Amino acid sequence: MLKVINLEKQFDGLGVLKGISLEVRRGEVVAIIGRSGSGKSTLMRCVNNLEKADGGTILVDGQPLVKDGVYAPVKNQRSICLKMGYVFQNFNLFPHMSVLKNLTEAQHCVLKRPKAEAEKYARQLLKKVGLEDKEAAYPCQLSGGQQQRVAIARALAMDPELLCFDEPTSALDPLLTQEVLGVIRSLAKEKRTMVVVTHEMNFAREVADRVVFMEDGVIVADGTPQEVFDSEKVKAFIGLGD
Amino acid sequence: MGIKYLNNPEKLWNLIAILGNGVGVTVQIFLLTLILSIPLGMLVATGRMSRRGWVSGPISVYIYIMRGTPLMLQILFIYFLLPTTGPISFDRFSAAILAFTINYAAYFAEIFRGGIQSIPPGQWEAGQVLGMKKAQVFFRVVLPQVCKRVLLPVTNEVITLVKDTALASTIAVTELMSLAKKHVSSSTSIEPYLIAMLIYLLMNGITEQVSRWLEKKLSYYQ
Repeated sequence: MLKVINLEKQFDGLGVLKGISLEVRRGEVVAIIGRSGSGKSTLMRCVNNLEKADGGTILVDGQPLVKDGVYAPVKNQRSICLKMGYVFQNFNLFPHMSVLKNLTEAQHCVLKRPKAEAEKYARQLLKKVGLEDKEAAYPCQLSGGQQQRVAIARALAMDPELLCFDEPTSALDPLLTQEVLGVIRSLAKEKRTMVVVTHEMNFAREVADRVVFMEDGVIVADGTPQEVFDSEKVKAFIGLGD
Repeated sequence: MGIKYLNNPEKLWNLIAILGNGVGVTVQIFLLTLILSIPLGMLVATGRMSRRGWVSGPISVYIYIMRGTPLMLQILFIYFLLPTTGPISFDRFSAAILAFTINYAAYFAEIFRGGIQSIPPGQWEAGQVLGMKKAQVFFRVVLPQVCKRVLLPVTNEVITLVKDTALASTIAVTELMSLAKKHVSSSTSIEPYLIAMLIYLLMNGITEQVSRWLEKKLSYYQ
């Protein structure tokens, strides 16, 4: 589904991604863990075209977003990225739109779905994330956890084949974190393909099929949760991290 | 200067009716300037934010000149100087409209630029990851939020514009100020100025009410 080969990214000459290679297969849930500044968010942002990589290849469903550092034409970039959904750390809901409109806007103007169909689908998705009674609310009237669940529903509304989460619970307190993780867990049960950048080790251990551990812009461990959490480097990280 | 109008209702109404004609012209200048300068200001703001130096450079100079020189001088300049050097000549009214429009567009442009740049980058990114084109993100996501954020500074400018229309009198456009001036001279009474003052105040009272109404209308989100 997603193939990243030798991806490189520098900020002001400072290497943030130093030759990352990663593959995510269909139906797989991959958790990316690592210290702040290890490059995991940058990796996620490059994959979703929010940052431009300096070198390497990103293939989404076999189609190159960037090949050996050369980007596809803008129009293709957009259609390739439409296969992916993205959930931000700080939600980034549209504050001037109701919850329902947040979910229908892109369905309408990007996928050209008729209004009634888009709204029907939006309501289904709101039900799925447990917010069917909030469709008329505005984002500022919701808790952080509710906002993030709306953001997940908004991403799902575009029917992405791969769903990417960038530290989806880092802006939330522990109680709200659990309600968001609950939603992601239920998506994992549906066998959705997901990549989750997270600091929630228990969640990664329990939900992910594979865990990738990053340090200083490189992947130092990649395997089943058991393999990765048993490796010495990751043990040291968790020991330090907690 | 004695009291000539306030003690004579018939003369007073007569004066108000005459100044009323001027109000018509004032309102025309006001509305035309708004209708033209707001979209132009939007365009200028976009150009000012361009990463291409040959676009943003000249626009910065334009904004600098418009904000850095007196509006009265700009009006005189456009009315008297441009027709002698350029191929086009302007009647008084059009010259005034042109001067007001390009002047106010510069001020609006900077307000809009501030508004656009105050929208968090996450909003652009959220639109992008949902597959929207840049223009779609701008018009559907960013611009509505900008409108709310610039409402108060724009109201300030609009209130100033109501008063600045009086500067059209420098090239003898027969708006409210010109007529008031004329009747002050002919009647040797200051009352026409007083009436004009009250009319400007009334117009800005309406402007403030409209702004308040818009503010309330846009308060459904934070």
